Amino acid sequence: MKIDPRPSVIEERLRHVKRIIAVTGWKGGIGKSVTACSLALLLAKKGYRTGLFDLDFAGASDHLILGAKGLFPKEEKGLEPPLLEGVKFMSVVFFSENKAVPLRGANVSDAIIELLAITQWGELDFLVLDMPPGINDAALDVMRFARKAEVLAVTTSSVIARDVLGRSLALYRSLKTPVLGVVENMARGAASRGDSARLRFDPGLEAALGSPAALLRTGFCRDLSAAVKTLKL
Amino acid sequence: MHEWALAESVIKSAVEYAAAEKFRKLKEAGVVFGELQAIDKEIFVFALEELRKQFPAARGCKFRIIKEPAAFRCKACSHVFLLKGLKKTRDEAEFIHFVPEMAHTFLKCPKCKSPDFELTAGRGVSISYLKGDK
Repeated sequence: MKIDPRPSVIEERLRHVKRIIAVTGWKGGIGKSVTACSLALLLAKKGYRTGLFDLDFAGASDHLILGAKGLFPKEEKGLEPPLLEGVKFMSVVFFSENKAVPLRGANVSDAIIELLAITQWGELDFLVLDMPPGINDAALDVMRFARKAEVLAVTTSSVIARDVLGRSLALYRSLKTPVLGVVENMARGAASRGDSARLRFDPGLEAALGSPAALLRTGFCRDLSAAVKTLKL
Repeated sequence: MHEWALAESVIKSAVEYAAAEKFRKLKEAGVVFGELQAIDKEIFVFALEELRKQFPAARGCKFRIIKEPAAFRCKACSHVFLLKGLKKTRDEAEFIHFVPEMAHTFLKCPKCKSPDFELTAGRGVSISYLKGDK
């Protein structure tokens, strides 16, 4: 007999989280992390109790987007995520000293289960999950353990990204995972209208990375704020 | 005190298992401590004692701690090695304590220096057996 006890407490850890938003996208470099971080900041600014969990272990970057420096979780019957601009933030970089985390699939799964079991999120209105690209151990574990997760899919106008997006949405439908909507990032032309949530290409975005205040002032965040209304988040 | 969260998982799992097996009384549980995670036994046992008050089914259960040495097998060169002798700083040991998979960031195969190794034993906390009266 070998029982892994950790999964037994994950539901308890997420019990006081009202909504879990998994920001997904099956292609790399389409803006999932910037979208997830900006969404968390926008929700916190609106007064919602918000958490952000960077699950992209291989390419963790939320700490760079948010300018998180000198932070570490507090040890208290588990780990309490540090607060950054009103967002409770958890990332593998707290434990990797910003070095590479070369994990195989089963190891990723183990690390995710460990962090889900020991992280004390407390009461949250929203927990935003920054998912890694693709459908892999992290994505499958989130669907397994965070059953109330709702997907916010990010894509671009590229036919490649859109084709992969179609496959992802079909899978989420078959798994009965709720999909909040799709946001098209780096869009050209008009802003969000009707059911179409669009984040227009913002040449000023790169310079705002690392500063939550500057990020919230970007055109990207204005568009995301409008998209949040379009998607009735 | 992050041991508290893991102790809670052990006691909750044991109680759930006992209910599934229709144990009238949960008598004993074997709790494995993998060497890699370096769990503090004193804190863990203290947490179990406190937590058992919240789990009536585990009130009389004896938790027996079993230490398991960590063992590794390199996927690059097949070298088999142990934790003892691998160099890590105090901070690195602390990070591995929280998330044992950080071993792949901070430890290397002593023969070929690859971080691509398999942990064959002694990772973290698990339950090896449960005894109870039916």
